[in-house]
Amino acid sequence: MGIIDRIDRITSRSIKDETKLQGLKLALNMVDLTTLEGADTENKVRQLCNKAQHLHDAYPGLPTVAAVCVYPNFVKTAKQCLKGSGINVASVATAFPSGQSSLEVKLLDTKIAIDNGAEEVDMVISRGKFHEGDYNFVFDEIATIKEACGKSRLKVILETGELGSFDKVRKASDIAILAGADFIKTSTGKISPAATLPVTLVMLEAIKDHYYKTGIQVGMKPAGGISNAKLALQYLMLVKETLGADWLTNQWFRFGASSLANDLLMQIVKQQTGVYQSKDYFSKD
Amino acid sequence: MTKKTIKINFDTGWDLAPAPESTSHIQLNEQYELFIGGKWVKPSSGKYFATVNPATEEKIAMVADANEKDVDKAVKAARKAYNEVWSKMPAKERGKYIYRIARLIQEKARELAVIESMDGGKPIRESRDVDVPLAAAHFFYYAGWADKLDYAFPNRKPQSLGVAGQITPWNFPLLMAAWKIAPALATGNTVVLKPAETTPLTALKLAEIIQEAGLPDGVVNIITGAGETGAAIVNHNDVDKIAFTGSTGVGKIIQNAVAGTNKKVTLELGGKAANIIFEDAALDQAVEGIINGIYFNQGHVCCAGSRLFVEESVYDIVLRKLKDRMESLIVGNPLDKNTDIGAINSKEQLTTINNYLKIGKSEGAEMYQSNCVVPKKGYWCKPTLFTNVSQSNRIVQEEIFGPVLAIQTFRTVAEVIEKANNTPFGLSAGVWTDKGSKLFNLSSQLKAGIIWGNTFNKFDPTSPFGGYKESGFGREGGLHGLKPYLKF
Amino acid sequence: MSRLEILKTYKIYIGGKFPRTESGRYYTPKNGSTPLANICLSSRKDFRNAVVSARDAFGGWSGATAYNRSQILYRIAEMLEGRKAQFIDELTKQGSTKATAEKEVNVAIDRIIYYAGWADKYTQLFSTVNPVATSHFNFTLPEPTGVVSIIAPEDTSLIGLVSAIIPVITSGNTCVVLASENKPLCAITFAEVINSSDVPGGVINILTGTRKELQSHMASHMDVNALLYAGSDKKEITALQKQAVENLKRVVVRDFSTNYDEKHNNPYYIEDFVEMKTTWHPIEKIGAAGSGY
Repeated sequence: MGIIDRIDRITSRSIKDETKLQGLKLALNMVDLTTLEGADTENKVRQLCNKAQHLHDAYPGLPTVAAVCVYPNFVKTAKQCLKGSGINVASVATAFPSGQSSLEVKLLDTKIAIDNGAEEVDMVISRGKFHEGDYNFVFDEIATIKEACGKSRLKVILETGELGSFDKVRKASDIAILAGADFIKTSTGKISPAATLPVTLVMLEAIKDHYYKTGIQVGMKPAGGISNAKLALQYLMLVKETLGADWLTNQWFRFGASSLANDLLMQIVKQQTGVYQSKDYFSKD
Repeated sequence: MTKKTIKINFDTGWDLAPAPESTSHIQLNEQYELFIGGKWVKPSSGKYFATVNPATEEKIAMVADANEKDVDKAVKAARKAYNEVWSKMPAKERGKYIYRIARLIQEKARELAVIESMDGGKPIRESRDVDVPLAAAHFFYYAGWADKLDYAFPNRKPQSLGVAGQITPWNFPLLMAAWKIAPALATGNTVVLKPAETTPLTALKLAEIIQEAGLPDGVVNIITGAGETGAAIVNHNDVDKIAFTGSTGVGKIIQNAVAGTNKKVTLELGGKAANIIFEDAALDQAVEGIINGIYFNQGHVCCAGSRLFVEESVYDIVLRKLKDRMESLIVGNPLDKNTDIGAINSKEQLTTINNYLKIGKSEGAEMYQSNCVVPKKGYWCKPTLFTNVSQSNRIVQEEIFGPVLAIQTFRTVAEVIEKANNTPFGLSAGVWTDKGSKLFNLSSQLKAGIIWGNTFNKFDPTSPFGGYKESGFGREGGLHGLKPYLKF
Repeated sequence: MSRLEILKTYKIYIGGKFPRTESGRYYTPKNGSTPLANICLSSRKDFRNAVVSARDAFGGWSGATAYNRSQILYRIAEMLEGRKAQFIDELTKQGSTKATAEKEVNVAIDRIIYYAGWADKYTQLFSTVNPVATSHFNFTLPEPTGVVSIIAPEDTSLIGLVSAIIPVITSGNTCVVLASENKPLCAITFAEVINSSDVPGGVINILTGTRKELQSHMASHMDVNALLYAGSDKKEITALQKQAVENLKRVVVRDFSTNYDEKHNNPYYIEDFVEMKTTWHPIEKIGAAGSGY
């Protein structure tokens, strides 16, 4: 109950003018530009990487996105395209999105991504095992993949839409954090519901409690369902009021989204010019 | 080697730009007369007083000062309307008038919300999202009862009383007017209402709405004034019923004044509610409930959760979470859409609150306030909490009516029930635990008129509200809210 | 030449939309010898589709707050008041005098307002907290039964229809209604009123056609929870009651012949279509005076 009330307070915050522009640019810098379709091809990935580097050249001084997120077999291509840009390559792994496979397959999946140069890995937890109550299994799996990641940062996807209640989301968050996650992430984006503000609040609280106990920071990434700038700003407001300054950077907070970037760009241009924008003026790659 | 103190850094540099609600669309007169017999009538004394915006200390408008003569005029108008029109009208037509009032409040909702914030100091978010919608809902709910009263009282024939004299407070001016007027009209009574002297404007706008609804002249009369005007209403011998919301002190004066008369009375008075957090509560949500219970509406709430009891095993964690959450509360211009805590209603009230802060410190309590910045002009109080207190402290016993929380710990269920009940007040209480059987145990033993389980400060027109002991008697809202306005 | 009028086509109302009957058939009710219009002769498939819509709409409608439902019912009354002239016109076409027609519409509007006022109160009337002898918190409250088939009164075009439908949906039920066979015009125009009143699609579905063809389906459909039959034909009633047995449908028979009688304004018409649920929860006994309700 209290979660919904808290979110109502956040969503009724009025974010205007300078605050809005600052927030929009910050949000843009936090986007993991994503393509995870069965129909993805080399060219699709190349085009996405191009977009990542040329968000909207008509408007100078824009920040870049944080990363591009793809399937493991496209990491090599993405790395080539993004060479020298400062934008990371994140790869999903561990039999994304369902996670219904053996540990061997999941480790191999991860290894391929790492060997090809992915700086970040987004793994999925075994939701089935979680619902069976085998929390040790879930923990061990995460810890093993973390080890395989080496220096690359591990994001752990909880798939909150399959967990069923806020209590379970909290439990899964705690397990992932203790097992060594660098980031906890809400969703694969393949099912509905994906990320929501209430679920994000629960995860941020888990991160906060852990920080107070250990001094260790863990990042957070809501993914899927964040299609417009207004919503993105509400997420940032939530982070600001829950975790404060240290988390308001793309080191510790990301948005997993594909069409969000263009909406952010449209809103940024609107803030500067005062005129509402049309989608026709922003490239779709 | 010293351990670095782990703290969340809220100094983000990403601050909220002002987001003021527009006031260009509202309509306010420079001066208001008394609304008697369906007309705007000048006060007999010719005297007016100013109503001031507590956030800016600027005058908003002048309102009339009603004296005994004016009160008499108003009661006569109410009596005439009762005898000649209202008591004769078919119940379902009465109901339709009340529906009209509800609809008009909805249509003018934004204007009413802005005026409420300007006049009283509460943030626009509260008046827009809570006060005004609930006021409309109250009229809607009671409109439906007008022609159904026989069902509410099995085996009895309910009848209206006549003229109701009603006095409302400054903390929820429009909402309290709705709580008073709606049931009175639905049950067939006519009304003379006096709003609080620091917040008369929304009641006067309501008078305009009542005119627009076409309510027959004299059915509702709204007269402004201070304590003396209220006393004149209470003492008038042609008033059948008195309804008062305000301080316990004045409530006792009223009860005294009607002793020996046939007047029916309901009183909704002060409180010092216990908010109880158990170790097995959902702590983050409980913290949200604590904040809601004492800081929103600047703590100007009779049912505010002003005495916090935390099970000792989770005291440190709850205190830490509470302080963190307090850092995100914004105190400021009530008309800014981002403001969480508005202005203190008046200079007098601020003085009272500051006095209690002094008393608290002198009693040995430890005071903590959040780091927010308050504006230079206007009446402001930062969200405050006191630790190192016990039941014997004055700040724990007496109602402060400000954003000030007193925190104690407890160890067992029996202990906290005893302490929670150890007060002459009994309006509300909050209980936070995930264990159902514990919740019902507490709710059945706490001596308070409203128990909030895992929630706080929830109101609904269908839900009866009222106190035990010195928090008053009688209920407002719900089926139970009809009874005070009827005889059988 | 004076201006040519655009004549209205009367379709049926399912799922918030106005389709024609899937059977493509029509019939022509008359006022004396004057034909009124070509009215859809609905088939059992239309009824089947309507039940699907009603079932889909049930979750949302019963899940809405009572306050929300009361606001919507009030809005229906508002819209009907605004369209009074159109209804008076249709009623006179179907044989009423102007005075009777006006009375019929006024009573219909007031009746809707009456039930709008019950939406957030009937629960307070019909619920109880039960003082059981063991340490439990025990409460009983009504829940809407589900999808209701309504066979509307035959003898009136508007007031009977409204009196049958509104109490059923007040508590959150959804319904499929068969309009009066010989006076169906107002039913479809009323569907237009409903459609413009924020009533979610599927909450009320209105079919035109014959009792003979559709009644048995309305009584036997396994996904319909209750049946309201307006009339007094003993043979018909017995047949319907027998057909309702298979899924233990609740069958309510009402005589609407005295439409203007106050008895049709009462909360028990709502209570006829709810189920009573009782919940128990333990109360632990710790503390001073002793706990319990």
